[in-house]
Amino acid sequence: MNALSLIWANLFRKKVRTFLTLFSILVAFLLFTLLRTVAGAFGGDIDIAGVDRLQVSPKYSIIDLMPVTHMNEMRQLEGVEEVVHSTWFGGNYQGVNNFFPKFPVQPRAYFEMYPEFVIDPAQLDEFERNRLGAVAPQLLADNFGWQVGDRIPIEGDIWMQDDGSRLWEFELVGTYTSTNEDNAFNGFLINFDYFEEARPDQTEGLVGWFIVRVTNPDEAAEVAAQIDELFENSMSPTRSATEAEALRQFANQVGDIGLMMNGILSAVFFTILLLTANTMTQAFRERVPELAVLKTLGFTDLSVASIVLAESLLLCILGGAMGIGIAVVVSNAISPQIATFAGSFNLETTTILAGFAIAALLGVVVGLSPAISARRLQIVEALRK
Amino acid sequence: MAIVELSNVAKKFTKGKEVVEVLDQIDLEVEDGDFLALMGPSGSGKTTLLNLIGGIDQPTAGSIKVAGQELNGLSSKKLAKWRSENIGFIFQFYNLLPVLNAQRNVELPLLLTKLSGKQRQNNAAVALEIVGLADRAKHKPGELSGGQQQRVAIARAIVADPKILVCDEPTGDLDRDTADEILSLLELLNTEHGKTIIMVTHDPKAATHAKHTLHLDKGRLVQEVA
Ligand SMILES: Nc1ncnc2c1ncn2[C@@H]1O[C@H](COP(=O)(O)OP(=O)(O)OP(=O)(O)O)[C@@H](O)[C@H]1O
Ligand SMILES: [Mg+2]
Repeated sequence: MNALSLIWANLFRKKVRTFLTLFSILVAFLLFTLLRTVAGAFGGDIDIAGVDRLQVSPKYSIIDLMPVTHMNEMRQLEGVEEVVHSTWFGGNYQGVNNFFPKFPVQPRAYFEMYPEFVIDPAQLDEFERNRLGAVAPQLLADNFGWQVGDRIPIEGDIWMQDDGSRLWEFELVGTYTSTNEDNAFNGFLINFDYFEEARPDQTEGLVGWFIVRVTNPDEAAEVAAQIDELFENSMSPTRSATEAEALRQFANQVGDIGLMMNGILSAVFFTILLLTANTMTQAFRERVPELAVLKTLGFTDLSVASIVLAESLLLCILGGAMGIGIAVVVSNAISPQIATFAGSFNLETTTILAGFAIAALLGVVVGLSPAISARRLQIVEALRK
Repeated sequence: MAIVELSNVAKKFTKGKEVVEVLDQIDLEVEDGDFLALMGPSGSGKTTLLNLIGGIDQPTAGSIKVAGQELNGLSSKKLAKWRSENIGFIFQFYNLLPVLNAQRNVELPLLLTKLSGKQRQNNAAVALEIVGLADRAKHKPGELSGGQQQRVAIARAIVADPKILVCDEPTGDLDRDTADEILSLLELLNTEHGKTIIMVTHDPKAATHAKHTLHLDKGRLVQEVA
């Protein structure tokens, strides 16, 4: 026997009571772990860095094209920091079943607009230099087994070449990844210069949409309105979607969910605190003469207090560990289904660690007062009872 | 040689304005190897005196020297360590831990020693052997008779090999025959194992097992019977 087995034996003195308390703690920590994870899946990963961008599309139909010269006019507006353009390329790679979006873009400017996209600088240089160059998201390249240097044939549907040929051929000069899970997959990026040169002359100077970075994300809505106003009476009026506003609203909603969950969890933990404190207080009261006996045998005040505190810690950490453990099993089981519609549903290590920290804290809070009473316990008085 | 020396010991309890003088002017010497019975009417202060000797209570005045140690002024921590090394306690109601089996109850005081787990187990088994309960090692107190529980308590009291056993009405809760067995066991510990025993009892027959008897009345030692 050692001190731990003494504490263990004491813990299970009243088995039903201990199991009920353990079960309540278990449920609380199961809830905690799952709710935290759900909150994470709903937007723990929202990257607020992206909220300084606006999308400027043709007002009436997204398949309309707009003059690239809009860019220069927008740059004159106060609050506009940078503008890039993009166009829907369409086209098929090896039949119609291999869909992925393809955009002709200005290589360097585009990557500067999306700092979350990470590309090797040498590959970006090559993309800019090589007119036939194209870069693909790493995921896409992996999917098709492309290597840098491969020729990627695309059969045009919207766009054909000036000479009437439908076959476009690009050279894969690089791949990129994203640091933002919510914007992990963009498109197969084509060098705009080549596209511009090769497409029919009558479409030259026309692009699909613009991406605008505003100086101050808080004024994104105003800038969007100004842009639309600027082009209202032109040949190509625009509709600026305030990506910032949309994201902020989403973030606010997630914030509300977070707040709600924190509210629920606080209530749950408060209840658990009272319940466990009650259990420990009862357990302590019943044991006053026994603790006095321990002191009589020569256990110091401090060691008797430690035994009481350790019992409370053990109870809370045991219950917490079981709850967290079940949450791990549950989330592993349901993660694949949830991931398809809610993005990622991953139980984070930090959530698990936080759970254990809270369990330990609960144990200390609940055990402290009985431990102090145990420490103060006078042998003779306790034995007279 | 005296193993217990009390000189001019007094003990008062104060509750609010009320002061109860429980012990007064107690002078007492107990020789090493003695078996002393302490008798007296209820409320005369027997338990209080025993608690002072056992170092679980402090006197209001006077000096108490036990096993060569002046107890006055020892910190609670030092006193605890001293008790674990020098005193074995035996109570009327056994005071075993109900969640632990006999073996583990006996092992409990050894948790305070540097003995290895194996040695602790061995020593506990030997102590249980001495009190004749080796076959009940795995039983919890609730599964044992009163006499058996008291034997476990005695095993617990002797397992760390203290010099002195203090017993507060060790047979008070037992029938005549069982009481005699327990008293014989204490006698054996006194004669064969050299334990100095101080035993509070109400029972004159129990006192006959002791070498000496002292009477306490209204907080004073009144006479000694050989
Ligand atoms: N902690 C205390 N506070 C107040 N009074 C106390 C306390 N402990 C003991 N007393 C009083 O001291 C007196 C002696 O008590 P003690 O327990 O020593 O008597 P006793 O001789 O052992 O009696 P019994 O034979 O009934 O066990 C009693 O009057 C008791 O009420
Ligand atoms: Mg008494």
